[in-house]
Amino acid sequence: MYADLITFFTTNWLGMAIVMLAQCLAVTVPLLVAVAYMTYVDRKVWASIQLRRGPNVVGPFGLLQPFADGLKLVLKETIVPSSANGILFIIAPMIAFMTALVAWAVVPFDDGWVIADINVGILYLFAISSLGVYGIIIAGWASNSKYAFLGALRSAAQMVSYEVSIGFVLITVLLCVGSLNLSHVVLAQSGWFWNWFWLPLLPMFVIFFISALAETNRTPFDLPMSEAELVAGFHTEYSAMTFGLFFLGEYANMILLSALGAVLFLGGWHSPIPYAPFTLVPGVVWFALKIAFLLFIFSWTKGTLPRYRYDQLMRLGWKVFLPVSLGWVVLTAAVLTFGGWLPKP
Amino acid sequence: MILQALAFYVFAAITVAAAAMVVVSRNPVYSVLFLILAFFNAAGLFLLIGAEFIAMILVIVYVGAVAVLFLFVVMMLDINLTELREGFLDYFPVGALIGAVLFAELLLGVGIIGAGSTTVAGLNAHGAQVMAIENTRAIGRVLYTQYFYLFQVAGLVLLVAMIGAIVLTLRSRPGVRRQKAVDQINRSKEQSITVVKVPTRGGV
Repeated sequence: MYADLITFFTTNWLGMAIVMLAQCLAVTVPLLVAVAYMTYVDRKVWASIQLRRGPNVVGPFGLLQPFADGLKLVLKETIVPSSANGILFIIAPMIAFMTALVAWAVVPFDDGWVIADINVGILYLFAISSLGVYGIIIAGWASNSKYAFLGALRSAAQMVSYEVSIGFVLITVLLCVGSLNLSHVVLAQSGWFWNWFWLPLLPMFVIFFISALAETNRTPFDLPMSEAELVAGFHTEYSAMTFGLFFLGEYANMILLSALGAVLFLGGWHSPIPYAPFTLVPGVVWFALKIAFLLFIFSWTKGTLPRYRYDQLMRLGWKVFLPVSLGWVVLTAAVLTFGGWLPKP
Repeated sequence: MILQALAFYVFAAITVAAAAMVVVSRNPVYSVLFLILAFFNAAGLFLLIGAEFIAMILVIVYVGAVAVLFLFVVMMLDINLTELREGFLDYFPVGALIGAVLFAELLLGVGIIGAGSTTVAGLNAHGAQVMAIENTRAIGRVLYTQYFYLFQVAGLVLLVAMIGAIVLTLRSRPGVRRQKAVDQINRSKEQSITVVKVPTRGGV
């Protein structure tokens, strides 16, 4: 009986499809719960930064607030402006949400806990994150509204600019690892927490984090939706669940980039101290804690910093990050080659 | 195997249909979006033959960067759609000719006409040899050793193209006020604030 089940799930196409579906659900459902509670934690963190209480009415400590908000978005009416391009207007939020979800297929949660253990994991993540801009730019164009369009143009320019430096950050990390597989990236960082790449590649970690802020359109780089200038930027015309998808996609993207940061620089599922009481904790927990730490810095930044001016944003991306990260790629390659530390294939 | 064949026909059919829609569709924004769809399915085809590195690079470079800039420009153009359709019959023979030439070259390259062309046979043999290692590593091995000079030349061509684009678009307009970050950061309190004692009912 037991052996029959194993053959069914490993050889039969129906069984394999069921397993695949179960894997997808096992990633997506906790992710969506995490997204819901990220909105809650975000608001609580800003509230405590501003000496307020934050959401505290729905449920104990306001813990049910995200679900109340979600229910509200589902129940409201989806309004499609009469001058908007109907099909693209509806497709855009779907693209934004979908790209934020499919990227999770290659993220390793623990040793071997990954849906698709592909050899080009880093490139896949980079490719998917560069698609996120389409949801925004299509939304801006399809809305047929000047605020949405300006927001979309800003966002497209911003995301394309900062992707360049993220690309160079990825190159430095994979130079040190010698593989494009994300599991290998984590395995290369085993040992004490100073063996993780954040310390040897500290400038790149900083550049990665700031670029991640720009990539997810978060403060201080939230110019695409700066409410003082553009009402709400690219999602000005969106209501109800179409807006909800943008919102969820934005938070899922934040969590994704935090996970990427944890994998590339904070040692993924490894415990900070490689000895008994710490290594007994499952790797998933360490991974989640590292993601939570980076997400907290996201909220902290939002609660602390004022918004950048647009020319400052572009200047930082092209005139500071690009040369610095390019130089660091050359430096890392030189040190690895001449120091004899090049990873063996 | 059946699943792979099915996937191939789906990707190929969508690629061809999307490519046709790029030419046919009335709205240039739709054209760019169909172009993106075509790129995407071409990446799927690359994945099917096991060239995952090229598939990812195709998505990153063409979909993630080039097509975004296309879309960026096309969306900002103020195009009269009927005007755009007018020259269609004039341009059609030229376009068809270019298409025919490209197709003939492709056939030559694949070796249907120039039977058993050495390049393809050589590539196949090489492919069988490198199949054992992952193809990112395989490309890296030949790109920076065997084809090192060609790689450098390609880099120089790109550099020249980049300089050309900058020279064509860079113009210095007089009288434009620019944001100078250094000046703004170096501003001191004394330079920018004066404390004034304002007499009552006098104003400044």
